[in-house]
Amino acid sequence: MFEIGLSHYLTVAAILFTLGIFGIFLNKKNVIVIMMSVELILLAVNINFVAFSSYLGDLVGQIFAMFILTVAAAEAAIGLAILVVFFRNRGSVAVEDINTMKG
Amino acid sequence: MTSAEFPNLVPAMPELFIACVAMVLLVLGVFQKEGAGKTIAFLSTITLALAMLILVAFSQGTVTTFNGLFIADQYSAFAKFLILLGSLLTLVMSQSYLKRVDSNKFEYSILILLSTLGMMMMVSANDLLSLYVGLELQSLSLYILAAFRRDDLKSSEAGVKYFVLGALASGMLLYGSSMIYGFTGTTNFDALAQQFQNADGHVSVGLVVGIVFMLAGLAFKISAVPFHMWTPDVYEGAPTPVTAYFAVAPKIAAVALLMRVMIGPFGELVSQWQQIIVFISIGSMLLGAFAAIAQTNIKRMMAYSSIGHIGFALIGIAVGNQAGVQAVLVYLAIYLFMNVGTFACILCMTRNGESVENISDLAGLGKSNPAMAAVLAIFMFSMAGIPPLAGFFGKLYVFLAAIEAGMFTLAIIGVLASVVGAFYYIRIIKVMYFDESTEAFDAPIGKDMVAILAGTGFVILMFFAYPAPILDSAGAAAASLFAG
Repeated sequence: MFEIGLSHYLTVAAILFTLGIFGIFLNKKNVIVIMMSVELILLAVNINFVAFSSYLGDLVGQIFAMFILTVAAAEAAIGLAILVVFFRNRGSVAVEDINTMKG
Repeated sequence: MTSAEFPNLVPAMPELFIACVAMVLLVLGVFQKEGAGKTIAFLSTITLALAMLILVAFSQGTVTTFNGLFIADQYSAFAKFLILLGSLLTLVMSQSYLKRVDSNKFEYSILILLSTLGMMMMVSANDLLSLYVGLELQSLSLYILAAFRRDDLKSSEAGVKYFVLGALASGMLLYGSSMIYGFTGTTNFDALAQQFQNADGHVSVGLVVGIVFMLAGLAFKISAVPFHMWTPDVYEGAPTPVTAYFAVAPKIAAVALLMRVMIGPFGELVSQWQQIIVFISIGSMLLGAFAAIAQTNIKRMMAYSSIGHIGFALIGIAVGNQAGVQAVLVYLAIYLFMNVGTFACILCMTRNGESVENISDLAGLGKSNPAMAAVLAIFMFSMAGIPPLAGFFGKLYVFLAAIEAGMFTLAIIGVLASVVGAFYYIRIIKVMYFDESTEAFDAPIGKDMVAILAGTGFVILMFFAYPAPILDSAGAAAASLFAG
């Protein structure tokens, strides 16, 4: 019988993590998509932690995941607030418009 | 399962004090109508000074508390002292700038307090969990500080860039933490060190992947090559006092944290991570030296300069022994004074109430304001590593540690990079003294600035005569890191 084990969870997490990284670097359109990619990365890490926690029979991983969830919420709030400030000054949230400084 | 005991709060006294005061000041600031910014900034300055006193008064050897999540030892005390000093000086420096651009909001000082708290948590972390929480408290406050001038396009753009790359770095650090946790079954630094002692240098691939991800995340925070791309933009865009803050306290905290993680839990695995640190050290030194040459904006130049300095500090970490750690701590202390002084000069670069940031604006400073030009020249010579100024000794100790450990390539590349770097530091002196004068800067520069310039300049100038306090405390701090 096919059973879902630790390696499956780790693979899903690794794929999500890679998607998040590529979402940040290959994205040409919108900073909001970058925010979503960041969330994807953090969720991938959470899957990792919970999978390991259950595999090891150790609670620390799940507690860690709770902390990450909390901090991710704060991080999203701050990121969106900064983005709103940027939008007011620039009138756009396109990635290619974040270009006042170069070098 | 042990029953919940009340933790020993004494080792965390300075942190608890700052946390409580920051929350009280937040409430106070909301209820004050006029001039809240000035009052809160004054109270925050006193808070930071008191926290330094508490830190010294309550330091008592190596103690862990909060179930091993938090460690207070001489190493963390040394780093915390530098962090508090850096925050204190930059907070004092900020006041005239904030008044000038009319954004003296009280949140500024609160954010400085909270990020300082985060940095102190970082250097006292004894577990991957407390490391992460401290790092995020620091980073989240710094994201807001970068975008603090919210009517300014450059500042908000710096905020966006810093946020995106900082969040990515946190994500990589976390992914590394999860791998380390999964392949060892613990997040506690002491337990990790114990495991590797028994492992005899044989570790699983998953763990090495975890360490590499963690190093990448931390390299972002210290802006080491190849994770430096955010630094010049953020330094240029952020308000100048915030840039001064970025260049000092968070760098010291992140380097101290990197050393704690690499020497503490992963000390037995030197052979696994040494190559990586050597690589990013050489990359940072060379990039810092060559990329700064082409800069015309002085804040951007200081960004590359700080990348280069981090490269030099990383030499000491790559050595990975007690002499190396001591050299890095001395380097960080000297780096703090040099940077605070230089940024105080940059903050004084104003014309008709407007900040100017181009290197060419310094032309003729030697005639129009000889005292400031002399002090800035001292800082530039010190950064270039000219004896007998303090910057020379910072580099000397790091190179000595590398040579004693037989890492000659690293030391030679370091010396070459510092020769190239000397070019752009000394170019500033040339612009100040020998270029055609432009309009003079606004004068007078204010008593607080004069005090900071005189103080930091004195330390840099006289370090060679009386280096014992910094050397001895750095030595004791390094010893306590290796005792555990």
